[in-house]
Amino acid sequence: MFIQIKNLSKLFKKNLAVDKINFHIEKNKTVGLLGPNGCGKTTSIGMMLGLIEPSEGEIIIDNKNLDSFKRDEILTRINFCSPYIELPKKLTVKQNLEVYGRLYGVKNLSERILEISEDLDIKNFFKRKTGELSSGQKNRVSLAKSLINKPEILLLDEPTASLDPDIGDFVRSYIQEYRSKNQVTILLASHNMNEVERLCDSIIMMKKGKIIDRGTCKEIIKKHGRNNLEETFLKLARSQDELQ
Amino acid sequence: MNFSKIYALGLRHIYLISNSLPRIIDLIYWPTVQIFLWGFISKFFTLSSDYYSNTVGIILTAAILYDFLFRISISFNMMFLEEIWSRNFTNLFIAPIRISEIITSLTLTAILRALIGLVPAAILAIPLFGVSVFKLGLPLLFLLLPLYLFGVTLGLLVTSGLLRFGPSFENIAWASLFFLAPLGCIYYPIEILPYSLQIIAKGLPLVHIFEEMRNILLNNTVNYLDIIKSISISIVYFILGVIIFYSSYLGAKQRGTLINMGE
Repeated sequence: MFIQIKNLSKLFKKNLAVDKINFHIEKNKTVGLLGPNGCGKTTSIGMMLGLIEPSEGEIIIDNKNLDSFKRDEILTRINFCSPYIELPKKLTVKQNLEVYGRLYGVKNLSERILEISEDLDIKNFFKRKTGELSSGQKNRVSLAKSLINKPEILLLDEPTASLDPDIGDFVRSYIQEYRSKNQVTILLASHNMNEVERLCDSIIMMKKGKIIDRGTCKEIIKKHGRNNLEETFLKLARSQDELQ
Repeated sequence: MNFSKIYALGLRHIYLISNSLPRIIDLIYWPTVQIFLWGFISKFFTLSSDYYSNTVGIILTAAILYDFLFRISISFNMMFLEEIWSRNFTNLFIAPIRISEIITSLTLTAILRALIGLVPAAILAIPLFGVSVFKLGLPLLFLLLPLYLFGVTLGLLVTSGLLRFGPSFENIAWASLFFLAPLGCIYYPIEILPYSLQIIAKGLPLVHIFEEMRNILLNNTVNYLDIIKSISISIVYFILGVIIFYSSYLGAKQRGTLINMGE
């Protein structure tokens, strides 16, 4: 197992945001993390990124406990993309990629920036300030930042939220293509069920901090007797105390 | 310590400054206004009072040194606040850069920001008021060192507050230096303070720095004991500041505030 989550919990004062979750992700697989708002997805990702201290449990990456890694050692191998965080608005696209490339210790940085900007079609607004870009452009720049270090583990939090269908499709296609060409393990948190069906090898459903179901999309849809993942999601989200 | 990463984080702030002419003007504008204001006040005192004769140099030099402290501290805070304002905080804290490297980078970039503002103002004071802070010679460096350390310490304390209480702590960032200024005895000797406040003031490096500055300018002698005292006190505060910063960072990880820190 490349990533193993064992009995992971997070208690914020009296609120148990994540309640003893267990799952694993095999190397080079894409797993979807689904659930209604406030179910503990972002908290789980935060703990995997080392931004939130777990109250209990273990995060094991490549057979090594996250705590035993040096902070910079593990973070060099991970990256994260979310529309809810931004890059410095007053820096140009190129400057942002340069700064983050240096922070991640990327070798042959100029070549890498050129390569990724051609792939994501961001070269034509390279010299514009990031704050002046449209949502779709910002989103692609943010994705470029998250791939600058060719991460072994990529955590994506709603990567296509607020994008128009065309740009959303471009981003999904790019992630698919990137995954096929590179060795990358992806954890994708998303509310777009079509996106999850398209990109994920398997899914984990969360509710009220617990994992309530898991499996491949087809298995879960079939198990709950629904026609698609959206209907299955609604059934699980609206059901009372349905645990695995 | 990885100096390439320290440079990378510094580069982010250098780009921020170099991309914006208004930002450069803003950095220079406030120290210059400060110098003008204190220059004219000093001149008025000299002309109107026997007591203040020959004090233009002292008051203006004090103003420049205090502004150096102010700029260092504000620069440190500003660079940290920039990450919050631009919602870049999470990106920074998931990058493979150690907390010690973040502190080092902010410390080094703070002096650059401070000097961009202060050097033109200090040079301007020479032809306008006939006062050159550079006349202090080598001891100037000994006075600037504890000011630099103490400015960074105040920055560390304010950023610790930002980590602990979130962006709402921003207002304290601006007020922090004004709170200490009366006890710093920047423009007046320590004897002016009531005895109880003198005891507190002696625990700050500022009193020793500004007393020594007046001693150098008035008596043309350097009391190295005072300088060593000010540097030692500054180092103690700096270490305390670093410990508080680390503990605030760990506290923020416990509370989960690093992931959604923003405006």
